[in-house]
This record gives sequence, structure tokens and C-alpha cells, in this order.
Amino acid sequence: MAAPFALDDDSVVVIVGSGAGGGTLGNELAQQGIDTVILEAGGRHEIADFVNNEWEMFGKISWLDARTTSGSWRVAHDFPGLPAWIVKAVGGSTVHWAGASLRFQAHEFRARSEYGAVHGANLLDWPLTLEELEPYYDRAEDKMGVTGTHGIPRLPGNNNYKVMAAGAERLGYTKYHTGNMAINSQPRDGRGSCLQIGFCFQGCRSGAKWSTLYTEIPNGEDTGHLEVRSQCQVLQIDHDDTGRVTGVVYADADGVQQRQKARVVCVAGNSIESPRLLLNSASAMFPDGLANSSGQVGRNYMRHMTGSVYAVFDKPVNMYRGTTMAGIIQDEAHLDPARGFVGGYEMETLSLGVPFMAAFLDPGGWGRDFAWAMDHYDHMAGMWLVGEDMPQETNRITLHPEVKDQHGLPAPDVHFDDHQNDIRMRAHAFAQGSAVYEAAGALKTYHTPPYPSTHNLGTCRMSERPEDGVVNKWGQTHDIPNLFVSDGSQFTTGGAENPTLTIVTLAIRQAEHIGREMAAGNL
Amino acid sequence: MRTIDKRLRVSRRRFLASGTATAAGVGAVAGGAVVIAPAGSWAESPANLSPEAASTLLKMARDIFPHDALDDSYYQRAIGGYDAEAAEDADLKAMIEDGTAALNTRAQARHGAAYADIENEDDRVGLLHEIETTPLFRKLRADLVVSLYNQTEVWQRLGYEGPSADQGGYINRGFDDLDWL
Repeated sequence: MAAPFALDDDSVVVIVGSGAGGGTLGNELAQQGIDTVILEAGGRHEIADFVNNEWEMFGKISWLDARTTSGSWRVAHDFPGLPAWIVKAVGGSTVHWAGASLRFQAHEFRARSEYGAVHGANLLDWPLTLEELEPYYDRAEDKMGVTGTHGIPRLPGNNNYKVMAAGAERLGYTKYHTGNMAINSQPRDGRGSCLQIGFCFQGCRSGAKWSTLYTEIPNGEDTGHLEVRSQCQVLQIDHDDTGRVTGVVYADADGVQQRQKARVVCVAGNSIESPRLLLNSASAMFPDGLANSSGQVGRNYMRHMTGSVYAVFDKPVNMYRGTTMAGIIQDEAHLDPARGFVGGYEMETLSLGVPFMAAFLDPGGWGRDFAWAMDHYDHMAGMWLVGEDMPQETNRITLHPEVKDQHGLPAPDVHFDDHQNDIRMRAHAFAQGSAVYEAAGALKTYHTPPYPSTHNLGTCRMSERPEDGVVNKWGQTHDIPNLFVSDGSQFTTGGAENPTLTIVTLAIRQAEHIGREMAAGNL
Repeated sequence: MRTIDKRLRVSRRRFLASGTATAAGVGAVAGGAVVIAPAGSWAESPANLSPEAASTLLKMARDIFPHDALDDSYYQRAIGGYDAEAAEDADLKAMIEDGTAALNTRAQARHGAAYADIENEDDRVGLLHEIETTPLFRKLRADLVVSLYNQTEVWQRLGYEGPSADQGGYINRGFDDLDWL
């Protein structure tokens, strides 16, 4: 039974956003009996609303509010109004994520110590270790039903995986398999097993893929301690004259402004909206935005080194059949500066349907060569390359001086320049991706530039010292004790891994901390 | 392995039915919807655009994404929304009329024929390269990449089966049937 809480109830925890971070945190708090209100900017689309159609679902669930881009990254050229490909709906980007659930490697939490001083990079060690996180990773994997962990069998490989695996084997790679996926390989947690539908990015029609939409959120609502208000976009965080936050102002479904009081506010709006909200909440006491005494709010924006390799074969592949991300090669995920860059990268199968393939294969492309590739769509295999990118202070979210959103607030500008390390890593990854497919007999390979960012990280980063970042090891802001950041914005560095598992892990741990601090009378 | 017959011909009835269904599925990457017109809406006789503009646009569309296996109807449907839009949007109408007229002037000067009447594809493509930074070309390419490739009948011709949930997914329909490696 979902609990309705009053606007003037100042005992509730308010969470901004219902994705991997916010949705998980809301349930974990509710399970402890803590009254919680999640304010979600998007609508509530249940599984029955999902359709197997790329553009239709894109229009239904994507975050399409006004945003601008700047910097030399390719996305600013190809998709100037769409820096990020994320979801505005209950469940956030766990509605459209692929499901890859990988733990960070131990050395990735110590990037500054392990990689040394990288020119132009603002590297920093995380204020926590893999060892500290391991029990919470365990809980996250169990919650999400991650294949290849906790005795859960891996998924079967589809045609796209078979091609990549054959190439990997012939190339001498050894660490390839069908992944650690938060997609049921057998019935679990009241949800069935994967039917190999494809369309993982359009919302899982069978519910086999974990999403907060139909796991964490209803579980939390069932306790009577969680209320989720959809179509409620938070515009500003309020504070009192002691500098503690007291609630939020949001626009409800009718565009009417409401003020929800709170004892604690947790921001989980993804790494563009979270810093934007802190910056838009600037006041006389905090003229540079909330929790920004370090000046680091919005900075160190990371989006992973990405790219894709598609390959055409002389025989059919039909890569679109089955899970979108059906397997992984991890042989390049380690740290080996001899390759010419620090950090590592993963190679993960990816398939797009014809509509998205046309849009993304070669943005701006046309003519005979382009049409030839599309004519061979059914003979294509594909992989996504995802690796650690360097945090840079100048890669940042700022408030646009002129462009406003539908609520009249400054739109976020997303500025990004690739670091030389990112460029070298991408070149290596493209070459290895092509080598995999050539080993499997590819006639031709394509190096597809980055899609709008799906992994948005780092804009409110964790740091040991308040002057180096925005939040401490619990996601609690250094400046304001009852203000937390609960999403990927916390990441000090990006690692090579898809971030969702780590976001969920940090949310479980943060919920425990908040409960403990509330019990101790500190919050 | 189970493969798709990309040459399959579809009945006129089915073609029209799917055209109507596709019109609802519109989208664009960076804002601004693309309308996919029902089949045959303006093919022969545009109501708002000049016949010269319409025939030039059609040839441009074919040359931008040249699929020999697709007949003109797919391209007509992909660009068919412009005629109705032109009635509401004077700027768009001017962009199309002026842009196609300029291309035809260029074509006459270079090859002595209107763009659509130039026999040699390389000659036409050469002209397109000269105008590929113009607003008309950019809009046409950006719209077409959605309005052509979002047609369900085009999917079939490219070997893409599309929706599977209502058929129980691909788990029993060839998700792992690749046998040639």
C-alpha cells in the first residue's frame, strides 16, 4: 500500500529521481521503516506500455528536455541537442539499460595512485576500496539476480555473441562469456526468465531484466513507507539559515509548483540533472550553488570512452534476435600502460534495429556505401566498446546563460573534450574490435562514433577531502550534512565497467548509513 | 538457420495497412518530429509543392539512400509528409522550392538537364556533394534516415524482423541458430 505523505511533513526523506540510485535507495529506506517520498520527473509507464519499436519508445521515455552541448566531442557535432540518451520515467534509465552488471576492479578505486599524474586529468582516489564495497556488491547482485554470480547460471549466447566469441577465440582472447547480466536466466524474484525478445533498450516486455520500476519501487510501496510521485520535476532545494536543507520545490503534473518539506534530501537525477539542480538552487548563503564550496559541482563529467564496431559477413547473423548485450570480452579491461593509455575497456555485443542502425551507424552518412551497409543489416554483428575515461575539470555541466527549459530554468550545457588518453584508448579498441570480427571472417568493419552518453558520471564526485570533491564516502555532501547525492554523479573515476551495479551498490550502502545516522539522532 | 526472404513481395492491401500503422511511429534524434505519410498521399500530384520540386525531392531521396531493391513507393512515403507540412509552414515550402530550384539550375548548367533527368548517378551524386551543407540537403537527409528506415516494409526488405514480444520472443525462433562459423 503506497503511503501518501503531506507536503508539510518534515519527517520524510525526499529522493529526487527513481532510477538505479534513487529507486534502490527509496526501497532500502522504506524496508527500514523510514518514510520516503520519491519525486520523479517522468511518467509511470508499466511493462504493458512498452512496445518493440525503437523510435516510438524513444519518444515515450527519453529525457528530451532542452539541453545544449559544447566542446570538441563528436556527440556535440552529431547530436547537438541530445548529449545524453537517458530515460525520463519512473525507473529512470533502468527501464532502458542493457543489464550489464560488472564490479569495479580493485585498482580502479585508486586511479590517482595507480595511474600516476596524467597530464590534464583530474584523477583522484576514491575514499573507499573494493574490499569495503564487496559485501554491498554481493547484496546488489543478489537483489538484481546477476547471472554468473551467486550460483545463477549465465544466459545462453545468441547469434551476435557466437560471432564475437568465435573471433575472440581465434584472436587468442580467453576472458569472454555471456556476461554478468541483471537478466533472469531462470525464474527468480517473481519474474520469469529471458525470452530473447531483443529490444532491451525499449523496456523489457517480459520483466526478466531488472528495473527499479517493477522491483524496488513496488517493493518499497508495499511497506507503506514509500510514496512515488511521478511527473513531479524538482526545480530547487530549499535550505534554512543554518545551512541545512529543509525541502524541495517541484512542478507537479499540471505544472503547479509545490513545496515538499524534508528532513533529508537525496539527489539522484543522473549526472547532468543532479549538478544542475544543485547549481539552480544557488542562494544568498550559497551563491555558487548548494554543496559547492569546492567548486567541483558539475565538473569532472565523465561519459566513458565509447565507440562501436559493426561488421558485415557473407552469411546471415540476425544479431537483433535475443538480448541486446549478449556477451562480453574482458581481455582488455585490465591496466597495462604499455598499450599507450591508462585504464581498460570492455567489449560487449550490441545490436540495434534497422531504425537506430540507420541513425547511429555513421551519423550524417549517406550514399551507396551507407546503403550497402544497410542492405547487409541481417549479415551484421556488432559490439560496443566501453572504457575508463579521464576526469577533467573543464568537462562539466553548467547552466546555459540563455536557453531555458519548460519550467523557465536555465538548461544544462554539457561540455566535453576527449582526453588524449581517451583518444588513444578508442583507437586501440576500434582496432581490436575489428580484429575480432576479421578473425571471424568479416568482409568489412565499421567504426561507429559514440552515441549520446548513456553512462553519465562524476559531476558530484566523492573525495576524502572537502576541497577535492562534493560528497564523502557515503554520498553525503561535505558542506550540508542532510543533503546526499545518490547516483552516478558520486563516481570519483569511471572505471571500465557499466556503472549501474556500482550505483545500486552505493545506494544500498548509503541507505544503511542514513538509517544509522537517523537512529543516532544525527539526521 | 532461419533466414528472411528479403525479396518477398507484399500485397497492396498489406502495404497500405502497414503505412498507416507506421505513421504513428514517428521520431527524431534531436527534437522535431518526422512525419511518415500514408502511402500514395502525394506521389503523383502534390497539392502544395510544385511538381518539379516533388520530382526533384524524390530523386534526391533515392540518391541519398540508394537501395536498388526498394521501388519509388518507399521513398515517396518517406518524403510524403512535406507536401502537407508545406501548406502550414511557409519557411519549409520556400526551403524546398528554392533549394530544389537551385539544384536544378546547377544541374542545367553542369549537365544540361534537370536534376531528376540526369541519367548518370555519379553526376547526380556529384551535385549532391556540392550542396550537402545546405539547409535543404541537411533536412532531407536527417528526416529520411528516420522516415525511410522506420517503415516496417523496409525492415523486411533489409532482413529485420522487428517486434518479437507478441510472438514469444526469439527464444524458439532462431536467436542462436547461426551454424556457419
